[in-house]
Amino acid sequence: MDTAESATTVKKNSKFKQSLINFFTDLYKINQFILRFFREAFVPPFELKEIVRQCFEVGVRSFTLISVTGFIVGVIFTKQSRPSLSEFGAQSWLPSLVSIAIMRALAPLVTALIASGKVGSSIGAELGSMRVTEQIDAMEVSGTKPFKFLVCTRVLATTLTIPILSTYTGLIAILGGYLNVSQNEGTSWSAFIQQVFEPLTFVDFVASLIKSIVFGFTIGIVGCYQGYNSTKGTEGVGKAANGAVVTAMFLVFIEEIIIVQITSWFR
Amino acid sequence: MKKTQTQADHSNPVISIRGLKKSFQDYAVLRGIDLDLYQGENLVVLGRSGTGKSVLIKIISGLLKPDAGEITVLGHNMEQITEKELQDLRVRIGFSFQNSALYDSMTVRKNLEFPLVRNRKGITRAEINTAVETVLDAVGLSQTINQMPSELSGGQRKRIGIARTLILNPEVMLYDEPTAGLDPITCIEINDLINEVQQRYNTSSIIITHDLTCAKQTGDRIAMLLDGQFQRTGTFDEVFDTDDSRVKPFFDYNFIH
Repeated sequence: MDTAESATTVKKNSKFKQSLINFFTDLYKINQFILRFFREAFVPPFELKEIVRQCFEVGVRSFTLISVTGFIVGVIFTKQSRPSLSEFGAQSWLPSLVSIAIMRALAPLVTALIASGKVGSSIGAELGSMRVTEQIDAMEVSGTKPFKFLVCTRVLATTLTIPILSTYTGLIAILGGYLNVSQNEGTSWSAFIQQVFEPLTFVDFVASLIKSIVFGFTIGIVGCYQGYNSTKGTEGVGKAANGAVVTAMFLVFIEEIIIVQITSWFR
Repeated sequence: MKKTQTQADHSNPVISIRGLKKSFQDYAVLRGIDLDLYQGENLVVLGRSGTGKSVLIKIISGLLKPDAGEITVLGHNMEQITEKELQDLRVRIGFSFQNSALYDSMTVRKNLEFPLVRNRKGITRAEINTAVETVLDAVGLSQTINQMPSELSGGQRKRIGIARTLILNPEVMLYDEPTAGLDPITCIEINDLINEVQQRYNTSSIIITHDLTCAKQTGDRIAMLLDGQFQRTGTFDEVFDTDDSRVKPFFDYNFIH
């Protein structure tokens, strides 16, 4: 019995050891992947056409979903906040509350989460499929640079496009908030807009922009890393798509916490 | 089309391999391979599935790193080659993949243009169009220029895959299972195309296959890969003129008599 128990413990320990080694190996590989992006993305020749095409793809892929979600977030947040403010007779603060919540946190976060699902998974699956069907190898053996053409363009596209989408989400959410406020409190558009921008500072806009850039970079690099290093045939493609979504979402939340903490020092 | 016997220049190996070894985990796939590919010849590497044939050409093209051995490709020692030199060298080597590896998201035209515009700086639109039309004509598929890879048959995909490598005028061609998954008639057409490429572009080729018809129709020389080493090398008849129990069944099951 003792021998069996100790054998199980040894097995568990070696499994844990292996997991730990795998974790640090993966961390090293991700680090190398990111460094390679910075080494290759900003040296000529630039794949400008492909970057523009990818920006368009990222925008188009998420546009409808982001429009609907942004609007709903605006309406729901306004609706849910009203009872709490009503208790203190402070419904007039609703536009300010909505704008602070949306611009500081919700717009970048909601955009990033939707983009992780739509764009991240698509990048992971696309590159994963290219890897397992040897299309990436075909690019490599023809003297071209697949990393530059496939990875750098996609990461730059998400990094550039997510902030634009995030701003758009914010505006749509505020529009949703306005429709709800105007219906219930009869507030005019000009009064609403004035109250929306009153509490917002330069730091809010900059922080929101930085957040969106970081989220965009994360979604792109995670999707590309998962897809580019995909193995094991079609099973690997599925894993790459899934891994791109889960990892990107997790990292987005972690980054949100860190950036909120850092920006709070500047307020 | 009957193969025209080519005169290979045996004093001039374009690829030279000595003592090549490659393992995956604990399994030794290549166990000390020696090989020379001479200027202008078609060398067929025959062997069963999983014997490391594809691994061999992936090492030659720099897609995989060997565990040991010395490889010289077009005068470059692959162990000492820099990244820039490897990129330049790859332009001189054409690689036709088993599953063609055409870029799904691009039309045939874009597939062909892709390596060209990235490797020939300052090339004009007119020159690109001429090059695309020339290689499409060489593989007999001019009409597919605006089609997507998903609209092509298996044989057409193979031809376009070969055309994509030819557009850079390679000196060496590496074919990975060129007839795998094709019907017998298309196989013969692909074999003819391989011979045409050899004649027209004056290439030296390594053809990886387990298809004896392909080997017989395209090979100037055959190298039989068994147990991680080349056991028999020579002309088709020389290789199969044996009682070796590892070689005989290969011949018998391929229905060539």
